[in-house]
Amino acid sequence: MSGAANGIVNSLTSARLPKWVPWALLAGSWLVLAIVFGILAAGSGGDYNIVAVVFFGTVLFDVLLVTISYLVEGSRRARDRLVTSLVSTAFIIAILPLVSLLFTVAVDGWKRFDIAFFTQSMRNIVGAGTEQFPGGALHAILGTAEITGMATLISVPIGLMAAIYLVEYGRGHLARAITFFVDVMTGIPSIVAGLFAFALFALLFDDPGIRFGFGGAIALTLLMIPTVVRSSEEMLKLVPNELREASFALGVPKWLTILKVVIPTSMAGITTGVTLAIARVIGETAPLLIIAGFTASMNYDLFNGRMMALPLFVYTQYANPGTDVQPYLDRAWAAALTLILIVMALNLIARLIARIFSPKLGR
Amino acid sequence: MSMPATGSHAAARSRPADRVFAASALIAGVVILTALAAVAVFLIAQSIPALIADPATLPTPSTSFWEYVAPLAFGTVWAAALALIMALPVSIGIALFISHYAPRRVSQTLGYVIDLLAAVPSVVFGLWGIKVLAPFVQPFYAWLVDNLGWIPLFAAPVSGTGRTILTVAIVLAVMILPIITAVCREVFLQTPVLHEEAALALGATRWEMIRVAVLPAGMPGIISASMLGLGRALGETMVVAMVLSPALVISFVLTGSANPPTIAGNIALNFPEAHGIGVNALIATGLILFVITLLVNSAARVLINRRKAFSGAN
Repeated sequence: MSGAANGIVNSLTSARLPKWVPWALLAGSWLVLAIVFGILAAGSGGDYNIVAVVFFGTVLFDVLLVTISYLVEGSRRARDRLVTSLVSTAFIIAILPLVSLLFTVAVDGWKRFDIAFFTQSMRNIVGAGTEQFPGGALHAILGTAEITGMATLISVPIGLMAAIYLVEYGRGHLARAITFFVDVMTGIPSIVAGLFAFALFALLFDDPGIRFGFGGAIALTLLMIPTVVRSSEEMLKLVPNELREASFALGVPKWLTILKVVIPTSMAGITTGVTLAIARVIGETAPLLIIAGFTASMNYDLFNGRMMALPLFVYTQYANPGTDVQPYLDRAWAAALTLILIVMALNLIARLIARIFSPKLGR
Repeated sequence: MSMPATGSHAAARSRPADRVFAASALIAGVVILTALAAVAVFLIAQSIPALIADPATLPTPSTSFWEYVAPLAFGTVWAAALALIMALPVSIGIALFISHYAPRRVSQTLGYVIDLLAAVPSVVFGLWGIKVLAPFVQPFYAWLVDNLGWIPLFAAPVSGTGRTILTVAIVLAVMILPIITAVCREVFLQTPVLHEEAALALGATRWEMIRVAVLPAGMPGIISASMLGLGRALGETMVVAMVLSPALVISFVLTGSANPPTIAGNIALNFPEAHGIGVNALIATGLILFVITLLVNSAARVLINRRKAFSGAN
């Protein structure tokens, strides 16, 4: 490591910065930057930029801390402090967009987060609509529920059975190929899944402009299956072999052992995995843009006609506004808020299921 | 792969129900392989008309199909590479922060927070990118072009809206952070504890311990994590479609108003209105995207599988 030229100091006797110094420096630099940006905002009449304060304050803190540490503690400790502060800065950098995004969605989405938004479609709505009919996303929420529900219905049996095959039956090349390609499938771009569904049904029904909800469900199935297989496989592997052996020893056939012993034991984990998979595909926009199309009206029929979905509602409200842009943007933000709340709720439910219903096996 | 189930032996009586169940499990596995093959087959089938058509009839008249694809493919790779360059150091930092710096009690919560980023739908990221991030970064771009305009990357004129490929890459970087962080974190946590303790016992500071013990052990994991992130960034659609102001050019300029579009973004923007040969051309570009991501992801998986211990992506 650092040679004698750097001057190796006995770290037990060398000077150390007191523990409170980094924290004081961090608070100090944020405060200084808050004042600087306050003066700037007052001078130019612009908005007060809290994100820039935190970001540049953290950078100032990094520079100050390393300089002071170098002067007091020597180069090796200064380098250590540099990395520590860089690593913490990386974390703050990652948190800033998340906070900014959640804040914006909550504030802008709240404006139209009303009853009308959840009870009306966009049929015959122009601009802000009327006092009584300001337009809403009911048709999109219905479409999302139907398309995602159908995708879940198809992908859960296939995914679960494939996982059972991999854990209980699979041997040799075929099992290894399935494992590998399931991993690869997790990386398929969502838009390619949409193009596949379109290519499939356009050839099947000989209709070059085909758009319908079931196609969207097929595209989402393709995205959902790998997640279901992976999580179910992990959960099935966690079931102790002793349970299977005890069942076999009692003369229970293998398929009944799997159905009555293995799956009930891993049920909580599998449900968690499926919930997380739903949360992953419910926000998919691109495949539905390709194959489900968009509409302003209610459509209850998965197999006939264009069908709206919530993420697509966000996109179309943003991309195709009328002359008066603001009501469309407000609806887009409200739909974004709804979408985020749904995804968060699904994630929360998944964690609760995992915590409450998991068997106490001392894993 | 350890198989917990015991194999059936010759003496056991074979029940019909057993065979039905085993067969349906096998069929489910084969269906997945077939589905992947079907993706390739149907994309190719629908691409052929565009490949053999007169290039002058393509959405943008060109001398060949490849001339039509070139700017798209370039934009895709360029945006994804920029995103990876930004995301990788930050992800490694966060992963180290969670695995080696944060107190153990906090680190799990911090992991949840990062996973929260992965839960945000891409269309919401797109809306945030154009309404919040683009106006926020535009003054910085103006400053960069004014002061560093001699660097080709920041050549004048500056984009007035901030809807440039750099903005797109920033949003993409935020979106691929969680996957890279998750894999790196798993890998760093699996560093042999004896190596770490040996380094610390020799008087190494925490950074020196990480440099000699953690990073070398985690290198294969870092590489495959970045390839997984790259695969995500290549295929990301809605952010590009919403934020980028595209022009069919090949250009390295980061802050201008003429940006190379990406394959996925181009499909999302043009598919709803496309007709005739235009549909086939878009599907053909999708096929190219599929092949690129398939190669990148397979390479990442092969790398992960070679060291089975580093299965953090699972």
